[in-house]
Amino acid sequence: MELLLDASLINWSRAQFAMTAMYHWLFVPLTLGLGMIMSIMETFYVKTGKEEWKNAAKFWMTIFGINFAIGVATGIILEFEFGTNWSNYSWFVGDIFGAPLAIEGILAFFMEATFISIMFFGWKKVGKNFHLASTWLTTLGATISALWILVANAWMQYPTGMEFNPDTVRNEMVDFWSILFSPVAINKFFHTVISGWVLGALFVMGISCWFLLNKREKDFALKSIRVSAIFGLISSLLLLYTGDGSAYNVAQRQPMKLAAMEGLYEGKNGTGLIAIGILNPEKKSYNDTVPSYLYKVEIPKLLSFLGYRDANAFVPGLKDIIEGGYETPSGKALSFDEKRERGKVAIQALADYQYACQKKDTVSALMYKDELMKNYAYFGYGYLDHPQQLIPNLSLVFYPFHIMVFLGIYFIVLFAVVLILSYRKKIEHLGWLQWICLLTIPLGYVAGEAGWMVAEIGRQPWAIQDILPVQVAVSSISAESVRLTFFLFLILFTSLLIAEIGIMVKQIKKGPEAEKIEK
Amino acid sequence: MITYSFLQHYWWFLIALLGGLLSFLLFVQGGQSMIFSLSKTEDEKRLLVNVLGRKWEYTFTTLVTFGGAIFASFPLLYSTSFGGAYWVWMIILFCFTLQAVSYEFQTKAGNLLGKNTYRFFLFLNGLLGTFLLGVVIATFFTGSDFVVDKGNISNPLSPIISRWQNPWHGLEALLNLRNICFGLAVFFLSRTLAVLYFINRLDHAILEKRSRKYLWYNAIPFVVFFLAFVIWTFLSDGFAVNPVSGEVYMSPHKYFLNLVEMPVVMITFLLGVCGVLYGIIRTLLSEKFRKGIWFAGTGNVLTVLSLLLLAGFNDTALYPSATHLQSSLTLSNASSSEFTLKVMSIVSLIIPFVVLYIFYAWRALEKKRTNVEEINEEPHAY
Ligand code: HDD
Ligand code: HEM
Ligand code: HEM
Repeated sequence: MELLLDASLINWSRAQFAMTAMYHWLFVPLTLGLGMIMSIMETFYVKTGKEEWKNAAKFWMTIFGINFAIGVATGIILEFEFGTNWSNYSWFVGDIFGAPLAIEGILAFFMEATFISIMFFGWKKVGKNFHLASTWLTTLGATISALWILVANAWMQYPTGMEFNPDTVRNEMVDFWSILFSPVAINKFFHTVISGWVLGALFVMGISCWFLLNKREKDFALKSIRVSAIFGLISSLLLLYTGDGSAYNVAQRQPMKLAAMEGLYEGKNGTGLIAIGILNPEKKSYNDTVPSYLYKVEIPKLLSFLGYRDANAFVPGLKDIIEGGYETPSGKALSFDEKRERGKVAIQALADYQYACQKKDTVSALMYKDELMKNYAYFGYGYLDHPQQLIPNLSLVFYPFHIMVFLGIYFIVLFAVVLILSYRKKIEHLGWLQWICLLTIPLGYVAGEAGWMVAEIGRQPWAIQDILPVQVAVSSISAESVRLTFFLFLILFTSLLIAEIGIMVKQIKKGPEAEKIEK
Repeated sequence: MITYSFLQHYWWFLIALLGGLLSFLLFVQGGQSMIFSLSKTEDEKRLLVNVLGRKWEYTFTTLVTFGGAIFASFPLLYSTSFGGAYWVWMIILFCFTLQAVSYEFQTKAGNLLGKNTYRFFLFLNGLLGTFLLGVVIATFFTGSDFVVDKGNISNPLSPIISRWQNPWHGLEALLNLRNICFGLAVFFLSRTLAVLYFINRLDHAILEKRSRKYLWYNAIPFVVFFLAFVIWTFLSDGFAVNPVSGEVYMSPHKYFLNLVEMPVVMITFLLGVCGVLYGIIRTLLSEKFRKGIWFAGTGNVLTVLSLLLLAGFNDTALYPSATHLQSSLTLSNASSSEFTLKVMSIVSLIIPFVVLYIFYAWRALEKKRTNVEEINEEPHAY
């Protein structure tokens, strides 16, 4: 069945994964962010004994519950999609990649599932402190689930702690800690979780402003604004810091992604950062002479500095990476053709090794194994044919990156302004600012989705950087089947999203007063 | 000594245990499949939905962890089964997705589809989720239609390692009567357990009485289909592995021989079956007896655990290919590396702790049986 690889199978599989992941990411950051805010509010309640804090916490918890359910619904599909749609991947790297997913289930999901029920149903059944602990443990569970899945994702971007085993034909884990504590994983964890906190803060601040706009629940709204502005300002500053860390990691380990983020074709020493730019759609190939931008505003030398911590460092562009020849800390960079050659040698050596083993020819087997190992770092290049395949879709990386960074800076400013005005007790009179806060909520989602587009589209064509291109990662099914499930899930998730938004709007309109009556 | 083989066996044991727990927790699905029949008035429906709704996350999470654990410990099983039996798994996942939102959304204003649609989703999940999971598990004994060739990876034009051999991608399992038997057994078992759970949890005379009646309707078909599957399987040939050469061959009465050759598994199996029957029969006989769920539930975990051990232990192919025997997956050719299994085994030491806090939380919330008044007072009721 379906023997030869089919481009539309790969594209539909990618589309399906992207769609489910992006849906999942609509809900997860709010879980992470609201979780923190409601936990903080309940802590205030236990510390001060003031009922207002309890009602506020309960209000945000109701929203949390609605959002959580749909987050879980989208998550289960993702978890199994590695098997259903990326089955070759699951074998080739499952020895490493499966572990974080299993640990996530054991350590995090059960924690969330258990304590969330105490959080919702336990108000009258358990003591105050036990309840508070359960709320924090729910949030902690969510955060730990983020940790493990992000460790897994970071490993795809920067595979470490493993070794290829030609007998089992897969990569095997040799060092658990270097996977868990890889600098990419640590940074990714903080940047991503904190982006959830920022979203949570924007959400609480925006909804509270909606109450102010409607002249309702003033006290509750002002309290919530205060908490979310402080929490949001701290988080968004940390986000800038970890975002810089992300960019640094990308520069060090995925130069092609960095070049795509900046639309950089030809590198030089002391490269500037494009603050605002429009890519030239006429440019079709990495080595034609068409200019790369229609318009740009550049900050001199900043990219070199951010990527290499040296204002005069050389930043390779797309063309340099394909043609090779520039100096790197580990020697002269290879060209695409050289890498592909070595990848082909590695793949052939693997085939020869298997044949020699069958023939019980240990001497040749050892020789082929040696050749395979020497060239394994370029294994994945052996599956590529053309240098153009190495370049991700520029506009889907460049624009999202700039949108994310621009919004990141805007959020910092917004939180700072709101915080200052809320201390000066002005916020309740400034209708325009309340509108801005309300309208900023969707921008929080835009920034997060944009970030994932940078991270995931920017690493194309790699499922595992340099080792496994996406076309070798798929399952052997028909493109039609995947297209059908794609649309089934699209319809399902979209209806559920509409339902979720509908419920949230109604619930928010009821307001925190409803919690009081129900009590 | 902790050898590679020991770790492989340990992990298959954990998978089997998770499978057992999952099949017990499917009582939530069993209950969902009766929303429209067991309960008549709106109050009754709400009560059912709410007592089930406090447990659904455990079933769901166990399913997720079951998948994750297979991925980590037997990646080839994960990739072959999910990537091959694509359609069965997709239907199962689809109906679990529906379930995940249905409790939280059904009674909330503005939910787009209306209460009854969400209840229908729950019903669908109860029907398909149980039956299809049973069918898939049965293929561990009856075999599937796939070929695995690890050499493919060095062929850039066609690098995929495991390939399903028919275009039905898993749906063909429905053509095998033995698989259907087990699917139906799981379906009726989950309903039997659900009824026992209601008898234990509900403080509602009418529902309790009706539940006792429903116990007859579900326990009898369960026993019939279960026995049919077990006897059929014990009489059939099984997929044996030659431990030295790794060669897979058909061996008469393999699963029955496994039972005889592994007395501990036999005792577990018999204890399990007796537990299930005891829970059912005593509930049927005594109007006062409400603890049936504990006996039947524990018995159920033990039975499924030992069934899955029969499928993988004692040199048996745990996920057999009926069309290409030598592609069958075994403990040794499908497992993770020794190092990964070791790491995961250390992680698994946390499991008792997890079970403990779940138990503790469960107890903290459920001191009394649940009735309609309690649901009406509960601000977070569904
Ligand atoms: C509220 C959302 C949000 C905001 C305002 C920012 N980020 Fe971000 N960013 C994310 C949300 C996010 C994310 C969704 O969490 C991503 C996707 C993948 C990841 O690791 O984190 C991400 C990824 C991501 C990456 C790619 C990492 C990779 O490829 O692995 C870079 C380079 C940055 N970010 C840099 C920044 C910078 C310099 C920001 C300036 C303030 C910034 N981000 C703001
Ligand atoms: C929840 C946040 C995430 C979002 C929004 C997201 C987004 C995307 C997008 C847009 C693609 C398509 C890329 C392309 O084909 O051009 C993709 C692919 C993929 N992502 Fe993610 N991703 C997320 C998290 C993750 C994580 C945590 C992992 C791994 C643990 C992961 C693994 C994959 C895989 C395996 C593919 C398919 C292969 C590929 O196209 O590279 N993603 N994702
Ligand atoms: C693409 C890879 C991903 C997979 C396979 C995946 C898998 C899952 C699964 C199976 C669930 C349901 C768990 C349950 O039964 O309770 C879930 C929920 C969750 N996931 Fe993901 N996930 C992915 C990406 C992410 C990312 C990138 C994050 C965070 C950074 C994340 C954080 C969470 C959280 C916090 C929950 C709890 C429910 C919610 O927040 O809505 N996941 N995920």
